[in-house]
Amino acid sequence: MSRLAFRDLCVWFGEGEGRVDAVKHATFEVPSGASFGLVGESGSGKSTILRALMGLAPNWSGEMVVGERRLGAKRDRAFYKEVQMVFQDPYASLHPRHSVDQVLSEVLKLHGFSDIDRRVNALLADVGLGPGYRFRYPHQLSGGQRQRVAIARALAPEPSVLLLDEPTSALDVSVQAEVLNLLTDLREEHGLTYLMVSHDLAVIAHMCEATAVMQNGEIVEMLSVEDMRAMRAGHPYTRHLLESASGYNPNAEQMA
Amino acid sequence: MMSDSLDDPRLDDPRLGFRGWLLTDTPTSRFHARCVALYSGWLKFRSNTMAMLGLIILILLVLIAAFAPWLAPHDPLAQDLAGRLKPPLSEGHLLGTDSLGRDILSRIIYGSRITLYIVTLVALIAPVVGLLVGTVAGYAGGIVDAVLMRLTDIFLAFPRLVLALAFVAALGAGIENAVLAISITAWPPYARLARAETLTIRNSDYIAAIRLQGAGPMRIITRHIWPLCISSLIVRVTLDMAGVILTAAGLGFLGLGAQPPSPEWGAMVAEGRRFILDHWWVATMPGLAIFIVSLAFNLLGDGLRDVLDPKDAG
Amino acid sequence: MSEKPLLDIEDLTVTFPTRQGDFQAVRGVSFTLGRERLGIVGESGSGKSMTGRAILRLIRPPGRVEAGKLALGGTDLLKLSEREMQKIRGQRISMVMQDPKFSLNPVMRIGDQIMEIYRFHTGAGKRAAYEKAIEMLEAVSIRDPERVMRAYPHEMSGGMGQRIMIAMMMVTEPDILIADEPTSALDVSVQTQVLSIMDRLVRERGMGLIFISHDLNLVASFCDRVLIMYAGKIVEVCDADRLHEARHPYTRGLLGSLPRLDEPRRHLEVLKRDPAWLDAPSVSGRQ
Repeated sequence: MSRLAFRDLCVWFGEGEGRVDAVKHATFEVPSGASFGLVGESGSGKSTILRALMGLAPNWSGEMVVGERRLGAKRDRAFYKEVQMVFQDPYASLHPRHSVDQVLSEVLKLHGFSDIDRRVNALLADVGLGPGYRFRYPHQLSGGQRQRVAIARALAPEPSVLLLDEPTSALDVSVQAEVLNLLTDLREEHGLTYLMVSHDLAVIAHMCEATAVMQNGEIVEMLSVEDMRAMRAGHPYTRHLLESASGYNPNAEQMA
Repeated sequence: MMSDSLDDPRLDDPRLGFRGWLLTDTPTSRFHARCVALYSGWLKFRSNTMAMLGLIILILLVLIAAFAPWLAPHDPLAQDLAGRLKPPLSEGHLLGTDSLGRDILSRIIYGSRITLYIVTLVALIAPVVGLLVGTVAGYAGGIVDAVLMRLTDIFLAFPRLVLALAFVAALGAGIENAVLAISITAWPPYARLARAETLTIRNSDYIAAIRLQGAGPMRIITRHIWPLCISSLIVRVTLDMAGVILTAAGLGFLGLGAQPPSPEWGAMVAEGRRFILDHWWVATMPGLAIFIVSLAFNLLGDGLRDVLDPKDAG
Repeated sequence: MSEKPLLDIEDLTVTFPTRQGDFQAVRGVSFTLGRERLGIVGESGSGKSMTGRAILRLIRPPGRVEAGKLALGGTDLLKLSEREMQKIRGQRISMVMQDPKFSLNPVMRIGDQIMEIYRFHTGAGKRAAYEKAIEMLEAVSIRDPERVMRAYPHEMSGGMGQRIMIAMMMVTEPDILIADEPTSALDVSVQTQVLSIMDRLVRERGMGLIFISHDLNLVASFCDRVLIMYAGKIVEVCDADRLHEARHPYTRGLLGSLPRLDEPRRHLEVLKRDPAWLDAPSVSGRQ
């Protein structure tokens, strides 16, 4: 059974002359418990799909299905209890004047939990932060710690689907490894379904079983993790992505 | 540089005692965290000498206003026509007397109460109205934004003192009406400021994140946008306070604010105007008081700007 | 290397005073640069960008730059006045920054910006500057240079912008180019292009290149020699093609923490930071 399904999804910004089509006729499904990647460069529309699903991009057509439910224009709290999102930049996604405790307890209150104190500590433990971090403000945290707080916030309503929008691209590689490991463990422990956006094919191959490659708003190719590892790609753009994942290749210039 | 270790030995050293408790990077409760944030803000503020000077002057003003009956050597309303227009430093009258023989020092001391009253009321009304209008307009956008902002434009299109005059003329002279008039003319800039801040905050990831938790617009505006707007508003208010005191003084001077014999500073300057050439002190002394308090508010505002700057993530 | 190095740095230190005392962003770094592509890798806060800026004396007070030796050919850069330093910047050492958006003047035509730099440093006439600018834009593979000359920066894409930056920095034919994360704001398809342009220019003109990056794979495949920095010090120096045989646990840890297409793993290696690394002396990158 598929957890998320997108059929013929189009997303655009602006109207008339200034209309920009960010996503064009995207169709794919994410099975329950799977981890699915969206890879492409900036402006390819990969993040826009996440934003459309979360209700942050109002102009869309086609069909988006979560579980059994077809999505309309509005999202209710029940939807947000089921689907959550982690943003790219942990320096921009935490309120500068709210402590970790405020961030987490507010979310817990919004979703109607009662044993907030216990849950805040449990969430912090889940993402590998001790209780010592509970009353800190974002400026007292490093980038990796902030991203852990952002992950804890997304986990607070106990969602079954997590959308990850380049969750490690603002972090150093050693911190990226810690965060990716954390995401791997959380997925197992909580039985989560991931839809992950990245420009880095190596990260996608590490985290996901399958991926869609996007260029200029269109899905140009679907790859399984085996295809990625074997560097099997039909589309020239995908081949280029695979090659550049292993560094600079002076002979690859004519590609672009 | 961010230290990843949980305990920083420098700060958790028990020998540091209360100061260490206030400086720790690992607060243990909500209350503790707030204290730490306040204390580090205070440390930053304290390093700004001019701002401290402003704060001290304003604390003195509050103390003077509170203890006016004990500090004032004379009754501010007691007339002594025999001893009128005595120069400063004359016997029993440090700053001299006015045209009715009232002690100027005592009048200034009692006048500080009126000044504080005006300042406090305006500071409570204008920024709050501005914050409400600005954040709602900024967050809601569309037609709500257009209506509210055109309304502010209308208020902004009149010269401030003239508008205040018109209001006082309509409402009747008096200190309460002066305060009301000043507040009515003072809120539009705050609304503009709050709206501009809201527009940048509205599109940030942390607002998106809380929206994705199902938070409604009321909660987002009051819990998430206000705390970030308030700091810049506070700075703006303290910087504007000088202007408010001067407008109040101006209304007093024109006879539309505090009514005689009330010792309002602006009204005192207006009274002294008649004698300015022969008896300079009658107008100068309350003028000096206005100047010092205005300056103190400006200095304080400058210091607060450094401490409260939200970009600084305090 | 038998040839005299272009740049010779010994015991370079960059210090910033803070409320808790002095903070050293770069702590006693020594290396030389010949006509080669020298990579500096490290994580944020390792001091790699500060090193690049310190060479050009672009550290703003209250930050301080100190060094036993900071020599460009025969010139001691630390002894030069600010005015003489301005001549060095752009003319003998140029720098390409991460994001072209912030390095180009948004209200000036691209052509005028390139020509201004060229004329400032060489005193050439308008005509000569125009021809030189066109030549440089062609050198960075821009197809219709006349149109780009008339355009404003906002009309350019990221990749174009970065190529224009490179053209601008190379127009004075400097001896050394310092590139601070020149491609990390760019998409992969453009990255390769920009790198190969830089590669070709450096090779053809016999320049020295300092390539500052956080991307180990990129540095390993693009540079000749690599310095690995950690906490303001060089922890290891090695040939770029042998980076994957690096010895230092920090370098090994960084390499291990990278997800790899060819080696699937359930968990990535997590770097364990040894406090002893902080106290170990900086390795010399002098040749």
